[in-house]
Amino acid sequence: MNTLFLALVITASQILLGISMLCATWRMLRGPRAQDRVLGLDALYLGAMLLLVTYGIQTGRTLYYEAALAIGLLGFTGTVALSKFLMRGEVIE
Amino acid sequence: MIQAPDLPLWAAILVGLLLLAGSITTLIGSLGLLRLKTFYERVHAPTLGATLGSLLVLAASTVCFSALQSRPVVHELLIGVFVTLTTPVTLMLLARAAIYRDRSEGQAPVPPDRLVKNKRE
Repeated sequence: MNTLFLALVITASQILLGISMLCATWRMLRGPRAQDRVLGLDALYLGAMLLLVTYGIQTGRTLYYEAALAIGLLGFTGTVALSKFLMRGEVIE
Repeated sequence: MIQAPDLPLWAAILVGLLLLAGSITTLIGSLGLLRLKTFYERVHAPTLGATLGSLLVLAASTVCFSALQSRPVVHELLIGVFVTLTTPVTLMLLARAAIYRDRSEGQAPVPPDRLVKNKRE
C-alpha cells in the first residue's frame, strides 16, 4: 500500500516533468528568435536533470545522480557558449 | 515501470509531497515559458524550475536516500549549489546578448542605453 502510493506519486511527477520538457521543446523549436531557442534549451536540460533525479529515487541507485550532475555541468557550459555566440558571433576570441 | 523503494511511512509521505511540489513548480515555470509574450518576460519563467523546483526535487532525493541507507546522504546538495550558482549567470548573459542584438537592430522596444548616452554628453 505504502509502496504503491509512492510509486504512483513518482510516476505522476515524472509525467509532470515530461510535460514541462515538452513545453520547453516547443519553445526551442518555434521560438521567434535565437535567444528564445537558447532559453528553451536551458529549460529543457533542467527538466531532463530533474527527471533523472526522480529515476534515481524510483530505482534507489546513485547512478542516475551522477548522470544528472553531468547534465547540469554540460548544460551550463552549453548555454554560456551559445549566449556568447549570440553576442559576439564567435565562441573563442 | 511502476516501482518504488521500500520506505517507512513518514519518509514515503515526505518524499511524495516534495516530489509533487517540485514537479508542479517546474511545470508552472515551463508553462510561463510557453505563455508569456516577449523575450524579456519569458526569461524570468524557467528560473522557477531552476531554483524552487530543483530544490524540492533534490530534497526529496536526499530524504529518500537517507531513509534507505539509514544515514544522512547529502550528495544531492552538490547539484543544488551548482544549479543555484550557475542559473543567474547564464540567464544574465543571455539577456545581455538579447539586449545587444535588439539594440543593434533597433526595432524591438528596448530600454535606451544610459551609459552610452552619458558618455556622449
